[in-house]
Amino acid sequence: MTLAVVAVYLLTLVVIGAASARLAQRTSEDFFIAARSLGPVLLLTSLLGAHMTAFSLLGASAESYQRGIGVFALMASSSALVAPLVFLYLGTRVWALARRHGFLTQVEYFRERWGSEALAHLLFAALLVLLVPYLLLGVKGGGLTLAEVSDGALPEWLASLITAGVVLGYVALGGMRGTAWVNAFQTVLFVALGAVLFGVIVGDLGGLPAVFARLAVDRPALLVRGDLIRPLELLSYAAIPLSVAMFPHMFLTWLTAKSGAAFRLSVVAYPLCVAAIWLPSVLLGVMAAVDLPGLSGPATSSVLMRMLRAHAPGVLGSVLAGGVFAAVMASIDSQVLALSTMFTRDVVGRWRLRRGRPFAERSQVVVGRLFVAIVLVAAWGLSLVADRSLFRIGVWAFTGFAGLLPLLLAALFWRRSTAAGGIASIVTTLGTWAWFLSRGWKDPGYTVGGTGLMPVVVVLAASTLAMVVGSLASPAPPRDRVERFLSARRA
Amino acid sequence: MHSEPAERTPEGARGRRLVAALLAALFVLHQDVWFWRDSRLVFGLPVGLTYHVAFCVAVTLVLVLAVRWGWPREVPTGGGREGLD
Repeated sequence: MTLAVVAVYLLTLVVIGAASARLAQRTSEDFFIAARSLGPVLLLTSLLGAHMTAFSLLGASAESYQRGIGVFALMASSSALVAPLVFLYLGTRVWALARRHGFLTQVEYFRERWGSEALAHLLFAALLVLLVPYLLLGVKGGGLTLAEVSDGALPEWLASLITAGVVLGYVALGGMRGTAWVNAFQTVLFVALGAVLFGVIVGDLGGLPAVFARLAVDRPALLVRGDLIRPLELLSYAAIPLSVAMFPHMFLTWLTAKSGAAFRLSVVAYPLCVAAIWLPSVLLGVMAAVDLPGLSGPATSSVLMRMLRAHAPGVLGSVLAGGVFAAVMASIDSQVLALSTMFTRDVVGRWRLRRGRPFAERSQVVVGRLFVAIVLVAAWGLSLVADRSLFRIGVWAFTGFAGLLPLLLAALFWRRSTAAGGIASIVTTLGTWAWFLSRGWKDPGYTVGGTGLMPVVVVLAASTLAMVVGSLASPAPPRDRVERFLSARRA
Repeated sequence: MHSEPAERTPEGARGRRLVAALLAALFVLHQDVWFWRDSRLVFGLPVGLTYHVAFCVAVTLVLVLAVRWGWPREVPTGGGREGLD
């Protein structure tokens, strides 16, 4: 029964993707950024769908299971503050520049801003490397959810493959327009079902007061931050949501807005939406600590689904599982679409242009679809061998993207910034990120020197320094190029 | 844009300063060391959690002002009635 409900749900996604394809104009601008046509509501649901991932549901509940209510402050309330500010002060500016200059991708923007093919290629490689763990998170999370839903009938490898296959189906059919509509459907479904899911489980456990009374006796440490989270950790975690500024899929989603005003709803409503998604995840994780004790390591990633199976059996459980699966899948689509957009236009497209054979519109879409398939197969392959917790995989991915923030800040606001500075910043980010990753991958609680300071702060500081030194040590950029991209600021 | 953008009036300048001050205050208030070891229940949740949910609501209220007064000057709103206007 459960599998039948999930199958109907997955089929619905592909149908939505196919239906939206009928609305599409068969141009690359429509396939990749929905012809810059999304209004406030679709923009909000697309941003939420792209941002709220397996990390926010499975990862958050798993981390709360081990570290208590403080996880909400670490990631949810800091994201509620930082992400909308990024949309308001950076996203809207990127949207305005994209509209004026007609670019479709992040790589295209930075290449034009600093006039450097080398920087563009390096940035694409860096985004690809950093997006791998993030994609892994989605495919692995989807597989984990589906495997739990099937009660073991589907092994995790097959469940991950089905997840990747469905995403391939609706992204390849509908492009960004399909992705936007599917995300809207998924977000509405999850928010509606999430509330029901939470109510059903809490009701079955005897209500919130009874659960907290049990926690106060059995696991009181989970009701406070206490020794499980350090003040320096809370402070430095606030830098992690800065990653939204450089996620290729968020960047791409910004460009889909039909007007600057479309951003207003996303900016204002985002903190409440983040809280609405994270609060049940954190609470269910904490409750599971007394209801399903004894889990550890990557096994905790399935704690939300185990709670669902234990307290919401039957048809209701199946429908609720579909809701969780919806949210888990919603980010993979926009990630692969963003990568395929950049590959098509900034790698293959530029190569063909140099050979004097520019891409036809139709060919761009075909190559984009092929690349989506390749990336999804690669992510699925990696999901078979990565055995880290979803929360940790997510934090490492975000750390790398946050390290690239100086690139966007310099491009938008610093007239003296240069391609050399950008290249230095990217290389420094990749170098410091890889160094910390090699030290922290085996140690789930790794902080810099054991102080509580998250590596993101060091990566960000080093990347900023590299941007400044690299720019000042290289010749000033041509005045006309700077004027083209920054003159509007003085208007 | 509208005929007299709010951010270019004296009232707009005051609004931008207010938004900047409120955002700075929010960054400080996020670091609630004062509830670090407090496990009292407030509105049915541990106070450390209730505080941060309330914090999200406060962020929303400040962002309503930020959208009104702190909108980037170079970004056209499109002149439509989308969003919260």
